[in-house]
Amino acid sequence: MIQALAKKATVRDDAATESRERPAIRIKGLSKRFGSFTAVDNVTIDIARGEFFMIVGPSGCGKTTLLRILAGLEGPSDGSIDVSVEAGSQRPVNSMVFQGDSIFPWMTVWDNAAYGLKMRRAPQAQIKEVVGHYLDRTGLLKFADAYPHQLSGGMKQRVSIARAFANDPEILLMDEPFSALDAQNKLLLQEELLRIWEENKKTVLFITHDVDEAVKLGDRIMVMTAQPGRVKTVVPVSLARPRDVLELQQNPEFGKLVHQIWSSLREEVQRARELDEAKGVRK
Amino acid sequence: MSAHIEADTIRPARSWKISENTRDRLISIASPILLLLVWEIAARTGLIDTRFFPAPSSIFETLVTLSSTGELWQHTAASLQRLFIGFLVGGIPALILGIIMGLSRPVRAVFDPLISATYPIPKSSILPLALLIFGLGEGSKIFMVAIGVFFPVAINATAGVREINKIYLDVGRNFKASRWDTFRTIALPGALPVIMTGIKLGVGMGLVLIAIAEMMGAKSGLGYMIWAAWETFSVEQMYVGLFVIAIIGFVLTLVLNEIEKRLVPWKR
Repeated sequence: MIQALAKKATVRDDAATESRERPAIRIKGLSKRFGSFTAVDNVTIDIARGEFFMIVGPSGCGKTTLLRILAGLEGPSDGSIDVSVEAGSQRPVNSMVFQGDSIFPWMTVWDNAAYGLKMRRAPQAQIKEVVGHYLDRTGLLKFADAYPHQLSGGMKQRVSIARAFANDPEILLMDEPFSALDAQNKLLLQEELLRIWEENKKTVLFITHDVDEAVKLGDRIMVMTAQPGRVKTVVPVSLARPRDVLELQQNPEFGKLVHQIWSSLREEVQRARELDEAKGVRK
Repeated sequence: MSAHIEADTIRPARSWKISENTRDRLISIASPILLLLVWEIAARTGLIDTRFFPAPSSIFETLVTLSSTGELWQHTAASLQRLFIGFLVGGIPALILGIIMGLSRPVRAVFDPLISATYPIPKSSILPLALLIFGLGEGSKIFMVAIGVFFPVAINATAGVREINKIYLDVGRNFKASRWDTFRTIALPGALPVIMTGIKLGVGMGLVLIAIAEMMGAKSGLGYMIWAAWETFSVEQMYVGLFVIAIIGFVLTLVLNEIEKRLVPWKR
């Protein structure tokens, strides 16, 4: 996949003019097998530039695998992924916000947020400006010199988000970034994420098992089937932007969408459970 | 309000009670002093044989004499210098090899059996071989310290890197960290707490081995001083040597703990 991306970057000139209508990410017939187990099966989807794209599915449906392939951490068994890059862009293709604790405990908040830029050998002045901006946007500026063990779970995840945004990638990959947070913190971080995203409308791929979250944040929601992970349905979310996460809950359209996604998902969760039970407890 | 009044009335009762921490500290200071006192009395009253267990006061006298002639400092300096050089000679390659072994499976496959096979050999039994190869001079002493430091540092560095949560390596890959960056920004700092434990073990082992190595064909060092004391049956001098080695071990532990606190400020 890395080669595919590199090739893409070189054939950029002809694509420059049509970059607006070209999808930011084009996933074609993507499959991933681990031995005899198929995690992701023939996923085909186009994701538009600047789209906030949500993926929901029962646990073990291969959604994390799909994201890891996009992040370049795994190779696909079949199919392809094209990420269209703007002409002459020096930006990295993707940055990931990982599930759980992924910020380095041995670095301060500042050094964590600056990690991507430092690895790219960005000029000092740029690092200072960009990292300062995102730490400010995530309310972490006064904790810049703190170490992660001094922070709460919500603050750590803010650092992770600041680190991904500061790297200024073409696409942002988020793997259940808020799943470990309590309800209040989750709400705050969803709000913050939407606010930061409104600034530059990056293409986002966001995995969650929280249907409310999917409807609150997403432009479109892809529901995946249980083992193997296939595209079950893709539901557009027509709620106006900018969205107020709290207000949304009173919106009847929001309720309708949550219901729709849930009914689609429920069958899959049920099926996943039956599959697990049939296999015994072995995982 | 009532809670306030209650708290105030309790306070005087608490003031004479020392905290458990202070109590433990006082006990740990008092116990060695008490032991020395008992020892001194036992020696003076002839309860123990002073040929083997001379009174602490006479050991102290010998210590004062040896340090005033400068003899003690000369031996201490010789041992410390060998310890320091040996530490670098053994520790630096161990650190680099250990971390690379932690990161790379093929490298681990090559070196793991070699280390597992040689590690159980008692290091002191290599001394004759070291004397044969490096001669009676500094080389054999430094080699002995180096080999004592090497194993715990290398083994702990490998373990330390392997214990690093895989997610950090994924972050490194996702953010396009080069091999060198991965080593520098993830493997080394991530493994550092475990590496420091290895370094402490290594320094302890180095101290044991330098004392043994200096007893064979050396002309200086604390080990030599102790051995020479045996030959002249100067038991007090023997005890002075043991005492100074114990002090060096104690001070090195304090220094390494302080270094650890500075290098690993992120550990609770």
